[in-house]
Amino acid sequence: MSFLDYFKSKKTNTASIAKERLQIIVAHERGHREQPDYLPQLQQELLAVIRKYVQIDDDMVQVEVDRNDSCSILELNVTLPEH
Amino acid sequence: MGKTTTSASISTGLARRGHKTVVIDFDVGLRNLDLIMNCERRVVYDFVNVIQGEASLNQALIRDKRVDTLYILPASQTREKEALTKEGVEAVINELSETFDYIVCDSPAGIEHGAQMALYYADEAVVVTNPEVSSVRDSDRILGILQSKSRRAEMSQDPVKEHLLLTRYNPERVERGEMLSVSDVEEILAIPLLGVIPESQVVLNASNQGTPVILEEESDAGQAYDDAVARLLGEEREHRFMTAQKKGFFSRMFKG
Ligand SMILES: Nc1ncnc2c1ncn2[C@@H]1O[C@H](COP(=O)(O)OP(=O)(O)OP(=O)(O)O)[C@@H](O)[C@H]1O
Ligand SMILES: [Mg+2]
Repeated sequence: MSFLDYFKSKKTNTASIAKERLQIIVAHERGHREQPDYLPQLQQELLAVIRKYVQIDDDMVQVEVDRNDSCSILELNVTLPEH
Repeated sequence: MGKTTTSASISTGLARRGHKTVVIDFDVGLRNLDLIMNCERRVVYDFVNVIQGEASLNQALIRDKRVDTLYILPASQTREKEALTKEGVEAVINELSETFDYIVCDSPAGIEHGAQMALYYADEAVVVTNPEVSSVRDSDRILGILQSKSRRAEMSQDPVKEHLLLTRYNPERVERGEMLSVSDVEEILAIPLLGVIPESQVVLNASNQGTPVILEEESDAGQAYDDAVARLLGEEREHRFMTAQKKGFFSRMFKG
């Protein structure tokens, strides 16, 4: 490594940070794109039902549909608050 | 950034090869294409006038003064964006496709109504991206819309053919690790590369004068657009302007 390269490599490589962030956000958004339209409504109604019994935040109920060739799976994650 | 610059150059490039081409400005309220094409003082009627039956296409189309197979359909300066309806746009595109070989639609920014109207009837889409996080993300969203909300998607026809055009590219900054590289962007968006347009002062100079930069034949950016048009028409051309100019010993010393 030359003298100049040494100083260059000290600088953070912001392009690789950009790439990593993009890969994550794009994968996330693509996943959501393929979700059925009724999911937000379903999530809201589930929240309302659960809140009759336990107080939870909006993001404590996660609803997702996983599709593969033969079937679709409705995946439901409810996180309850700690006591 | 670079959609209007690209629309102007691609339409000029197609027309220069003898194809009868029209370029439509979909940026209702913010028209710019007329300035880049140097025909702003010749606008009488616009796209919305035609859609609303206030003018015929022949009255609204402006013939380019440099390339005689090229026409411009300007956007309206004043109307509401909702004036562009699917039915209205379809009628205009159908009428144009009777006489034109290529219809180039210059989309407004974003993913809202105007952009969706511009891409709805597309057979092919050139996705103009800058090597920058927000731009690549927006491009991915536009690809999502092309794949789900274009007419081809809704009618379950063959998908819109997608092309990536990376513009404002600065190879020096890429080599210093300050800018996403062509291959980074290709990897993330996963669509075929149509071309890479270097960041260039010539683009601004050309737009100041109302010249599509593809007509600046000596310039890197002009040549890069010419390559892109050739590839769009199926020609094989090697990609250029993607690596930094090799510096001489002295400039390397002084730049550090
Ligand atoms: N390759 C390039 N090098 C340098 N400047 C460029 C390049 N391409 C575009 N620009 C400049 O970027 C600016 C925006 O370009 P342009 O109008 O084509 O973008 P746009 O995507 O149509 O924007 P909008 O979303 O507002 O319609 C202009 O000032 C233009 O000169
Ligand atoms: Mg524009």
